[in-house]
Amino acid sequence: MNGTAALWAAYRLRWRRRFLLARSFARHARLLPRIDRTGFIRDGAILVFATVRNELARLPGFLTHHRDLGVDHFLIVDNASTDGATPFLADQSDVSLWSTDDGYRDARFGVDWLTCLQARYGHGHWCLTLDADELLIYAHHESRDLRALTDWLDLTGRPAMGALMLDLYPGGSLNAPGRSTDPLDHLTWFDAGNYVTTRHPDRRELRIQGGPRARAFFADDPRRAPTLSKVPLVRWNRRYAYIASTHALLPPRLNEVYATDGGETPTGALLHTKFLPDIGVRSAEELSRRQMRADPDLYDDYYEALCAGPTLWHPTSTRYEGWRQLEALGLMSRGGWE
Amino acid sequence: MTLGFVMLVHTAFDRAEQVARYFADHDCPVAIHVDGKVPPRRFRAFRDRFANEPRIVFSARSRVEWGTWSIVKATQVGAERLLGAFPDLRHVFLASGSCLPLRPVGELVAYLDANPETDFIESVTTDHVAWTVDGLEAERFTLRFPFSWRRQRRLFDAYVKFQRRLGLKRRIPEGIVPHLGSQWWCLTRRTLDSILSAPDRRATDAYFSKVWIPDESYFQSLARRYSTTIESRSLTLSKFDIYGKPHVFYDDHLPLLQRSDCFVARKVWPRAEGLYRTFLDDTRPTVKRTEPNPGRIDRVFSKANKRRASGRAGLYSQARFPLSPQGSVLTCARYNVFCGLDDLYEEFDGWLDRQIGGCVHGHLYASERAEFAGGARIVAGCLSDSATLRDYRPTQFLTNLLWSTKGQRQTFFFGPSDKQEVSGLLVHDPNATLVVVSGAWTVPMFLSGQPIEALKLEAARLQRVELEFLRSFRLPGVAARIHHWPLADFVAQPVEKLQNVIDEINGAGPRRLTDLPKMRELGGFADFLLRLRNGGVQPKVIGDVALFPDFVKGGGDRRGG
Repeated sequence: MNGTAALWAAYRLRWRRRFLLARSFARHARLLPRIDRTGFIRDGAILVFATVRNELARLPGFLTHHRDLGVDHFLIVDNASTDGATPFLADQSDVSLWSTDDGYRDARFGVDWLTCLQARYGHGHWCLTLDADELLIYAHHESRDLRALTDWLDLTGRPAMGALMLDLYPGGSLNAPGRSTDPLDHLTWFDAGNYVTTRHPDRRELRIQGGPRARAFFADDPRRAPTLSKVPLVRWNRRYAYIASTHALLPPRLNEVYATDGGETPTGALLHTKFLPDIGVRSAEELSRRQMRADPDLYDDYYEALCAGPTLWHPTSTRYEGWRQLEALGLMSRGGWE
Repeated sequence: MTLGFVMLVHTAFDRAEQVARYFADHDCPVAIHVDGKVPPRRFRAFRDRFANEPRIVFSARSRVEWGTWSIVKATQVGAERLLGAFPDLRHVFLASGSCLPLRPVGELVAYLDANPETDFIESVTTDHVAWTVDGLEAERFTLRFPFSWRRQRRLFDAYVKFQRRLGLKRRIPEGIVPHLGSQWWCLTRRTLDSILSAPDRRATDAYFSKVWIPDESYFQSLARRYSTTIESRSLTLSKFDIYGKPHVFYDDHLPLLQRSDCFVARKVWPRAEGLYRTFLDDTRPTVKRTEPNPGRIDRVFSKANKRRASGRAGLYSQARFPLSPQGSVLTCARYNVFCGLDDLYEEFDGWLDRQIGGCVHGHLYASERAEFAGGARIVAGCLSDSATLRDYRPTQFLTNLLWSTKGQRQTFFFGPSDKQEVSGLLVHDPNATLVVVSGAWTVPMFLSGQPIEALKLEAARLQRVELEFLRSFRLPGVAARIHHWPLADFVAQPVEKLQNVIDEINGAGPRRLTDLPKMRELGGFADFLLRLRNGGVQPKVIGDVALFPDFVKGGGDRRGG
């Protein structure tokens, strides 16, 4: 009986994946190529896929951080930016740029757009799918680039690596202006030990929730707190598809980035620079735009709270010091990669 | 010219070339075996780069697959080619394309000159091996392994099982005593010649070709047959992970590798530019050398392997999510749970804090909020006291608290009026010490002075909940240290029991309890219990009511009727 149910679930998920692929391919025409430098992508190149909207403040740091980690090419979908991000990106020699005016929510939060680009350009490559406010770190990232990591993942037969999205916040009100242009100089604090995990039995994904947003905005209904677990780094195949954002993908085996036998696998962290001083303005825009959530009405309180510039910092907050600290806290792991 | 290298290459040709040239430039000839899977055009291009290098020769090619006889075959061919082309060699060193000498090769030559008759090959009998994957130590030599472990794992496992069940066994050829060891060796010409030109080599090869991972046993066993002096260790430093895959060395391992004083390391990441630049530069400042000393590296990598294999107990994260935690340690540190004693004693938490220290919380699972010590709203790791957040994942609330407060013993109170979801964890966790005085929840009811009619519904509910909790003590899989006394038994002799509990938590010492907590006034309590019984709530968790000092036989019947 159990076996039959599992088979049935696997069968449903297979069709789900096919549906997701078909759906995103159907939207291919809605993506207008702006600058196509994909001809420069060589065998074995490491690629970043991202959707951006008015992220000019974060983009230079985002590109530099991941370039330094050895990303060879960025494939970016610009969702109607008006802050000058479009020409900035078009000027970068390692960026290929598409644009679309479609709704972010209707495109499954950008996943539809990225899926067709991934199928076309990502096949066989290690692909890192990120938002512009995420910076990937992993064990030894200051001394070893992504190629060292992906070579080793290849060697040990791991097709994907998971990462915890770590919400960073400033020491004061979220709206208080920062002194530096580097987000990591301004956002230096995080929640170290209030994360909870649920495993989805069919899709085998882990759903991690918690952190400052759950504590400050979703204490009445923790179920709705943002998901913080992601699987951003995958050796891509054109048959793969992310389900919603990069929290989980299909086929399900790719979501098994964790050890179930008591051991520890390699995982990273995505330093989340969402809470820069522009968060109030962005939240106000989202209140009218209503594109970030599947059921936006439920989240009005959340965005209204963010507009008011709350303080997430607490005396028990932890100051960010680096990956060794995060590993010691159990938020990420080298997983045997010494 | 006394030392030559056999080099097995299948990838990273630039690095292989760099190292091969380094050896050749230092008067050490090299015979290279290139994997047959490499396309001919690629191979020819590689070979042609050495057209003007007489000390580098190429052997015939064959396809090589991990864990199979093909590696031994390639090694034999390479060794024959090397010995044939350079008759003056005294030692042959087996290396791969991702090996890197950590000390100038001249030092290796000098070391071997000082040990001219010695074969350096790790060679251990199967009884003494603990490093193999899959627990197949002796059976490597007595079963057949026609299937690939990497590509046909199911067939591999099924066939091993099948042979075990039927008791099928191969006979080990006469004269061979199975030994295992690292694939990377340095043998004298005499030993190697004896192995390669043995009259029964055909039969020996036929046997070993069906042994599992023969590259770790062929030369290791045969060296025992022919060698006069064996140093049972490899001159090549190589570390393996828990799945038998080699660890890789990167630029940041430079200090570690320099201090190891090993001669050769494997395997080195081809893009570790710093390692290649440093170690292939013989003009670098010389240091005083000692015998190879891989101890430090061993420790570092063993620690990484341990982390990969068994992880950190009590951690739940995207790296570690044990699916069947039953029977294992569920939390990261010892902790204490007191049930009922705070109802029985006045200011018991303050007393407990004085006796055992650490952090003494209130009822962490109280229905309104988590009662952290000192009334804190948010504690270590930003853990909130919100009841909804806690009750969303009640067990992870506790594992989080313990994880964030490692080093400080946590203690909290628990009772039938609290949220109960965590009770399964408490009972199954070997880190938990449970001190339960069952039925103590009746004491506050008694002291409240309310009429039985107003109390009995709640009393029945609490008793039901507590019975469920007590029942779980007797289920299989209980791992916590549990001290359970019904209220009546406890009250009859409280000091001794408290002493035992405190001794267990603090570690037994000569200290007797002098400062005792103050028990609440229980005059008329037995009578209250009888009235409760007559009101319809049969006390099942309190024990023998007759043990209470003011019990009057038949008294309850008189008043309650």
